[in-house]
Amino acid sequence: MLLFFVYPVVSILLAGLAPAGQLDLAGALAALARPHIRDVAWFSLWQAVLSTFLTVVLALPAAYLFARFEWPAKRALMALTIVPFVLPTVVVASAWLAVLGPRSALNDFIVGVLGINPSPLRLEYSLAAILIAHIFFNFAVVLRIVSGVWAQLDPRLEEAARVLGASRWRAMTEVTLPLLRPAIASAASIVFLFTFTSFGVILLLGGPRFATIEVEIYRQTTQLLNLQLAASLALVQLAALALLLFAHSRYQARLTVRLRLLPARVTARAPHGRGEWFFVLATLLFMAVLLGVPLLALVERSLAVGNGYGLANYAALFSGGRTVGSFVPPLEAVRNSLGIAALAAAISVTLGLMASAVIAYRRGAVASAFDALLMLPLGTSAVIVGFGFLLSLGRLPVDLRTAPILIPIAHALLALPFVVRAVTPVMRSIDVRLREAAMVLGASPASAWREVDLPLISRAALVGAGFAFAVSLGEFGATVFIARPDTPTMPLAVYRLLGQPGALAFGQAMAMSTLLMVVTASSVLLIDRFRRGTAGQL
Amino acid sequence: MTLRLAGVTVRFGHFAALTDVDLDVADGVRLTVLGPSGAGKSTLLRVVAGLESPVTGSVSWNGRDLRDVPVHERGFGLMFQDYVLFPHRDVAHNVAFGLRMRRDGSAATNARVAEVLEMVGLRGYERRSVTQLSGGEQQRVALARALAPSPRLLMLDEPLGALDRALRQRLLADLRELFSRLALTILYVTHDQEEALALGDRVAVMRAGRVETVLPPVELWRSPPSEWIARFLGFTNLIDADVGTDGVAATAWGSFQLAPAAARRMVDGGRATLLIRPEGIRRDPAGPLVGRVTERTLHGDHTLLRVQLAAGPPLELRSDWLDPPDVGDDIRLAVDPAAISVVDGGDVE
Repeated sequence: MLLFFVYPVVSILLAGLAPAGQLDLAGALAALARPHIRDVAWFSLWQAVLSTFLTVVLALPAAYLFARFEWPAKRALMALTIVPFVLPTVVVASAWLAVLGPRSALNDFIVGVLGINPSPLRLEYSLAAILIAHIFFNFAVVLRIVSGVWAQLDPRLEEAARVLGASRWRAMTEVTLPLLRPAIASAASIVFLFTFTSFGVILLLGGPRFATIEVEIYRQTTQLLNLQLAASLALVQLAALALLLFAHSRYQARLTVRLRLLPARVTARAPHGRGEWFFVLATLLFMAVLLGVPLLALVERSLAVGNGYGLANYAALFSGGRTVGSFVPPLEAVRNSLGIAALAAAISVTLGLMASAVIAYRRGAVASAFDALLMLPLGTSAVIVGFGFLLSLGRLPVDLRTAPILIPIAHALLALPFVVRAVTPVMRSIDVRLREAAMVLGASPASAWREVDLPLISRAALVGAGFAFAVSLGEFGATVFIARPDTPTMPLAVYRLLGQPGALAFGQAMAMSTLLMVVTASSVLLIDRFRRGTAGQL
Repeated sequence: MTLRLAGVTVRFGHFAALTDVDLDVADGVRLTVLGPSGAGKSTLLRVVAGLESPVTGSVSWNGRDLRDVPVHERGFGLMFQDYVLFPHRDVAHNVAFGLRMRRDGSAATNARVAEVLEMVGLRGYERRSVTQLSGGEQQRVALARALAPSPRLLMLDEPLGALDRALRQRLLADLRELFSRLALTILYVTHDQEEALALGDRVAVMRAGRVETVLPPVELWRSPPSEWIARFLGFTNLIDADVGTDGVAATAWGSFQLAPAAARRMVDGGRATLLIRPEGIRRDPAGPLVGRVTERTLHGDHTLLRVQLAAGPPLELRSDWLDPPDVGDDIRLAVDPAAISVVDGGDVE
């Protein structure tokens, strides 16, 4: 962690803040005091708050749906919900442009059939587009984390409240939601981090009018070459997030109630009655529109050839000789991505379990600080991590820059917060007496942990692994700096293809995005299957 | 094979959960620990199990101080209050856990699991999920899990606390039978005096973190060593008395001649608190006491009467359940001297 995260980030910050080998804080402060920068910071904050709020509010009914009801194809649907989250932001942004942009089918319909010209629906380069894309992007985070805990919450708690005279709604707000607060806070903190540091979505859907700190860092670094201001901004962002995360983890420790968790399969049931079916179908329909439509638009585009449809884009992708722009066959990018993602998930889960144990079993300021520290990779821009790797690791006695393990390590670091966020709440809520019972029966502390905690948190750990795998598959910002040209990952291949002119390259990019989507969905489905396999012996 | 606690004190912050506790449990003895909630009973078990460490004092087994022996190497069994079964494992896995921890072979383990499940009356439950068992079944699984590794000391923390009355009566009989068949050394915690008296060879009474007394059940019942213990056991006929050197006790209810055993505690006379056990008071038309019935409660095999005498607190007695006097009736009573004991005052034995 220190070597691969703190060192690179510190060195890039130093490079920015001390251009002449000497610390120049006054210059940095002066740069930050500009009104434009203040506007950027303010916009980062409020759009993140708004996005987080909307995402949580919209995802809670879905979390309830997935936690408490059983219906056909539930698991497959759950796996599919993660697809938007793992798509490279570039692809997400263009998928939404395909739906809402000036040349979308919707606007064609308004202009062509309804005869309203120009169409009143102009969402590109608007705040609404940014918010919608953020919700699309982060829906799965809230859904998976909250429903994971919700599914294990004893339904009798709610029933007890109902018996005591609470309406369904009151039971929900007085009992269930307060018990879910740690999970909701966890999910919200992740969403906030993401939207606060949002980059691709803002850049592509927001246009020049909108900029978060992250976007500003990118502009200052690559366009204006103002490394000093970029580093100062990065520091501000880090400080703000560190503060927020510390507060969050204190809040979390105070909030957590020890619960007896139940296996998820005994808490879900089939919906009955017209009201419940209506709720199920309405929520699923909402999810289909929010999450499904842009993905379908993406697939539609990958199949569009000229005025008709066909597989030409895919054919081009696989006919090794005609790979436009990328130096290796795209199939190899798929293989690279899968290998890296598996390694990254393994590293991330191992580190994450250890870290969660520290946070969950020790109390007080040290644990809180550690918790916050672990979340920092989220708050640091991936661009900075990647760039920092490149700058700093070259100075070590062993040149690690070309080590193939570097990409999985970088991905594991970026995914670590997800694993920790998924595992810690569950670990905290395990009844300590279960461990004590194991110890009285002759289990050493280590084997008590292995026998009791590990199986109970394995569900959460696998959720975390799924996230890590998915993060690695879609990661772009850091990879672009450290991947060698001959070992591209799938998002990198998409990026290279998008950089090529011509309809064929664009079609191939869409085809590659679709492939990435399919690979992600099927790998997450596989993890789900694996999880069910282990659940059988529990 | 003796468990010994010497001067054990446990603190949680400023709160002293146990204060200076001395206790001996000899091999094969069943000691029940009786006390109200918050008396430190569970903490006592946790200290013995090694889940809490004493601030001062020691816990030893066969003369060996257990201070440096971690929980999992003590070889004691503990059955938790609400069982704490592993929710992610089936019945057989729960029961086999202790055997697996000491690496018994799988054949031996399976045989032992079947044996203890048979013992607690759950044959064939191996593959059942513990979350779907009834309270009584869970209790039995927890017992089987604690018994399986043949612990040298079995501790039970309110094992019948969460069960309904009929089930409790049945399991109480089962436990009694099982304990004597296996000749186990047992430390059994309960707040229920009936359980404590029925199961213990000796009963330790705890109050506010201290052990007040350790007595065989019959002695505890016949002659509670303090007013507090007497009240905790459910006695209400307690009254201050002036005892003369002749063994006559003068109270607000009247004067009573003490039986020789009670009088021996009061050879020098003085002030004392007397207990009159309700079963030793009978209706007698020629009896010396006169009072009016103020309350009448049917308890199945007897009726409990509350009678207000001319002075002093009300007196409780048992009456024939079939034809009891009505509330408001005046009745005459006689007291059997053997039912009177001295609970406070005089020389402490």
